[in-house]
Amino acid sequence: MSATLEAASLGCHVTLVDSDLALGGQLIKQTHKFFGSKDERAGTRGFKISEILLEELNSYKGTVEVHTNCTATGFYKEDGVVSCVIGEDEYFRIKPEKIVMATGAQERLLPFPNNHLPGVYGAGAVQTLMNVYGVVPGKKVLMVGAGNIGLIVSYQLMQAGVEIAGIVEAMDKVGGYWVHAAKTRRLGVPIYLRHTIREALGDKIVEGAVIQEIDDRFQPTGKEIKIDADVICMAVGLTPTCELLWQAGCEMVFVPQLCGHVAQRDLFMRTSHKDIWVAGDASGIEEASAAMVEGRIAGVGVAKALGHGEASEHSGRLEEFKRRLADLRGGEVGQKICQGISCCTVNEWGV
Amino acid sequence: MNEKEKLFNGGVLTEARKGAIEPPRDLWENKKNGLVIIECPQRIPCNPCHTSCPTGAVKAFKDINDQPEIDYEKCTGCARCVAVCPGLACFVVDLTWGGDGVALMKLPYEMLPLPQEGETVDCLNRIGNTVSKGKIVKVLEPMHDRTMVVHVEVPRDLVMDIRTIRVVKQA
Ligand SMILES: Cc1cc2nc3c(=O)[nH]c(=O)nc-3n(C[C@H](O)[C@H](O)[C@H](O)COP(=O)(O)OP(=O)(O)OC[C@H]3O[C@@H](n4cnc5c(N)ncnc54)[C@H](O)[C@@H]3O)c2cc1C
Repeated sequence: MSATLEAASLGCHVTLVDSDLALGGQLIKQTHKFFGSKDERAGTRGFKISEILLEELNSYKGTVEVHTNCTATGFYKEDGVVSCVIGEDEYFRIKPEKIVMATGAQERLLPFPNNHLPGVYGAGAVQTLMNVYGVVPGKKVLMVGAGNIGLIVSYQLMQAGVEIAGIVEAMDKVGGYWVHAAKTRRLGVPIYLRHTIREALGDKIVEGAVIQEIDDRFQPTGKEIKIDADVICMAVGLTPTCELLWQAGCEMVFVPQLCGHVAQRDLFMRTSHKDIWVAGDASGIEEASAAMVEGRIAGVGVAKALGHGEASEHSGRLEEFKRRLADLRGGEVGQKICQGISCCTVNEWGV
Repeated sequence: MNEKEKLFNGGVLTEARKGAIEPPRDLWENKKNGLVIIECPQRIPCNPCHTSCPTGAVKAFKDINDQPEIDYEKCTGCARCVAVCPGLACFVVDLTWGGDGVALMKLPYEMLPLPQEGETVDCLNRIGNTVSKGKIVKVLEPMHDRTMVVHVEVPRDLVMDIRTIRVVKQA
């Protein structure tokens, strides 16, 4: 959405496709207030931010075409065609001059005995059920992972009246923001640091789980603890969704700090494919605040490549967005991100 | 990792730290409407406590990742930061309020059901243990965004322990 807005504001015609029923990506599920600065709408709840972006998009009715429930299923690098499917059976092909791939991320899951039982969920699924469809996933949840997603989804579950049996975290401190941990702790939720899930219990559905302490080499050491729960929710990380980038033959690198394979990019987020840009979680797992700024940068990059807007306008906007990203990435977590980004950024693609 | 570190690493403040300190006692004792306590000891990119502060009591951040610093002389206990902070890490404590042995806390609250004025609630510490009862004085929604600021009368000696409330279900 951000890339579309930026490109449209400089005069590009944009077709925006999203496989979800509504635009907004992860934002539509985020009922908590966001961090960051005023520029990134700190203090505003995530779903409100997507409403604001949507309203902004509506002012480009003439030049922006939106398709929801529409999946880009393939990129054909022979001729640059993208195939799309609306719903399950309406198919079309489109040949854009330039493409921004902002496909977000996929959840990682953990292997453990009985993880096939109904009641074992990814945190994304739980959040979608709860915050998009208003369906309570269970009565008592064991959360696996104390990153921001695990902490926030736990808090949101409690807001929905669901009990949290505990949060299990393999590292020796929470990976998410300390304040998010504090707000779940004060509601009585135990956080088991240096613990992992050993197995799910239950015959036909989840009835509980066994967790166990681990040492610094992640080997089980301590005693096993049995936890009663009817939902086991995994929030053990995301990995960039980059199939289309692979298909396009973009140069990819594995960057652990960005949580998976990502496309090499220049300062405008252009990949090694001269017509393809990348932005957001698809370019490395980070945050919505940064994803939105990256989208803006990619939008400027595309407009520049298409000859829309003045050169001074492009460089001016880029500088401003770079400053905002630098601010967002100045903290503890941001350091890691910056390391990662330096592993996959080129100053300029040789032509 | 000792017990204290373990607690802190899991989101429990165990002692004063940068970004999480107690207001100066002498000022605090006499400050009508109270002073803010912010418990935000980690560097994260976030500054609404400063940008929302009407008096500049939460000082300007050099870097948006800095922990908040407070000029207590300027704090009026208005609790705007309590309503705004995405981390629910701001609390106001008014030690001048009410009679002997009590104080007023202004706490962020985002759960249901909402407490009612006059109702008795459980007061929870940083690990969720009930440490006392409290009496609800006021329930406000300053930013009209579903984050409530609950004014609750609590035992004065527990203001550095109590960090949230729980509505006790009536049978
Ligand atoms: C529980 C939780 C809490 C979070 N809290 C915060 C927070 O407080 N602050 C913050 O800044 N960030 C937060 N984030 C992170 C933030 O949500 C993401 O970083 C952000 O949404 C990434 O944006 P994106 O546009 O890159 O990807 P997404 O939001 O994932 O959007 C990608 C979109 O692409 C669509 N798509 C994917 N593949 C295709 C395809 N082939 N064809 C068509 N469409 C496709 C998807 O349907 C989706 O709508 C949180 C995330 C979670 C899960």
